Amino acid sequence: MPFDVEAVRKDFPILAREVHGVPLVYLDSANTSQKPQVVLDTLTDFYANHNANVARAVHTLGSEATNAFEAARGKLAAFVNAPDRNEIVFTKNSSEALNLVAYALSNAATTIGAERFRIGPGDEIVVTEMEHHSNLVPWQLLCQRTGATFRWLRIGDTGPDGGRLVEDEIDTVITERTRVVAFVHQSNALGTINPVSRLVARARAVGALTVVDASQSAPHLPLDVQALGADFVAFTGHKMYGPTGVGVLWGRYDLLAGLPPFLGGGEMIETVDMTGTTFAAPPHRFEAGTPMIAQAVGLGAAVDYLSALGMENVAAHEHALLEYALPRLAEVEGLRIIGPATAVDRGATISFTLAGVHPHDVAQLLDEGGIAVRAGHHCARPVCVRYGIPATTRASFGVYTTTEEIDALVAGVRRVGEVFR
Amino acid sequence: MSVPMDSIYQQIILDHYKNPHHHGLIEEFDAEVHHVNPTCGDEVTLRVRLADGAIADLGWDGDGCSISQASTSVMADLVVGKPVAEAMALQERFLELMQSQGNAELTEGDEDVLEDAVAFEGVSKYPARVKCALLGWMAMKSAVVESDRQEETA
Repeated sequence: MPFDVEAVRKDFPILAREVHGVPLVYLDSANTSQKPQVVLDTLTDFYANHNANVARAVHTLGSEATNAFEAARGKLAAFVNAPDRNEIVFTKNSSEALNLVAYALSNAATTIGAERFRIGPGDEIVVTEMEHHSNLVPWQLLCQRTGATFRWLRIGDTGPDGGRLVEDEIDTVITERTRVVAFVHQSNALGTINPVSRLVARARAVGALTVVDASQSAPHLPLDVQALGADFVAFTGHKMYGPTGVGVLWGRYDLLAGLPPFLGGGEMIETVDMTGTTFAAPPHRFEAGTPMIAQAVGLGAAVDYLSALGMENVAAHEHALLEYALPRLAEVEGLRIIGPATAVDRGATISFTLAGVHPHDVAQLLDEGGIAVRAGHHCARPVCVRYGIPATTRASFGVYTTTEEIDALVAGVRRVGEVFR
Repeated sequence: MSVPMDSIYQQIILDHYKNPHHHGLIEEFDAEVHHVNPTCGDEVTLRVRLADGAIADLGWDGDGCSISQASTSVMADLVVGKPVAEAMALQERFLELMQSQGNAELTEGDEDVLEDAVAFEGVSKYPARVKCALLGWMAMKSAVVESDRQEETA
């Protein structure tokens, strides 16, 4: 079935609204995506008809809520091809998922039986220079807590191969001392899709754990955790057409089963005594307290929606948009694309600068024409530092983006250039 | 090329951005301050010289978005030569205008005293940009306070 973007657009009620008296052109999906009606209906239906707490109430509503929540876990497991549904841990977002791994690793320092996860002086944690702060700061903090050394893979120079990791350095930066390699699948600031298999192979060869931030790939590419080969994969619901407040950590079951908890509280225990506590098996060990029940159920509806569209179709649609947009934007006078210049190994997120105009002015003037983009350092400040710029303007596409909207963006950016010239 | 009537980018703002006034650091000064706005990465370095209870001279250098740079330029025009008390009153009124969330009711009196600065009224609707418009004004206030303190300890 061909991808019908006009039919898709009808599923998203917000796309019918106007901004400043003109139709909304929403090009900020990498920041957060809009929500299809089916997700909104699922949230309402849950609260209107099935609302109860999960895993403790014995009444009918409690059973319905528990079944809906656990069914969502099953849907997420299928969506990322996880071998076991108990490998899906619900978190509030990607940041919490990544912090969960980092804190569980440092908690291993004082947990009997978790010796193999202990990290200390002499050990190294490797990230990349293109990480979102959420996959950078937790590892800096882990190094501070444990005395491990923080290292990173650099972004290459600009030009045809610019905006990508310096692959020659993979073997020199990831060494026998490396305990964790944490990297982004698709950069939120550059659009770059990283060489996962290469990074995972090197990490495995030296016995390091791999943690992949898939926040920007899960909504746009078929995501198969078994094919990726990583040990942990984190992503967030609100960027993949689901509600805010729910994210996912996938981890290999044997690793999750060996790690101590991150947060303590209700629902993550096996038995509690005043003299000590034993913990539940994964995933519940890592889901302390009442979880984001409605949001998880809503995310289940979002992945059903994406699966019905077909992730291969979604990826092909967005790749076509990227191939359409890159040369047209590059033609605009004074515009410099920050990130890979070609559509190869690249997602449909395009950062750019416009000579003589601050990115916030670009974004503000585009908004006056109804075009929503993001301006700033995109929570990946080292990327801007690497390019010697304070910020970029970023347009990012989704399932509902059209070539007409890209035309509007290109015309809008030209207009901005004229206003400031 | 013009912008819509209701644009926050009024011609006055664009003019000041392209040709900023009192731009460049003055050689003789009583205090220098450096202020930054982390949201946009705007920066301004500002020097003032006071004489007889008035702002005798002010010069600045900066980098950042058009709102921050134009607002600093407009501020400099307004306060140079004014008694310090009057400059502080203007700063207070401009701050109120920026914190109005787009609901300010400008009087003719405001236009008389704030002059070109009323062009920034539209910025008050955008919380993310209010700090840009205030950057230069806050720097001026700090520099004046700093000058006074130095005078007291001198």
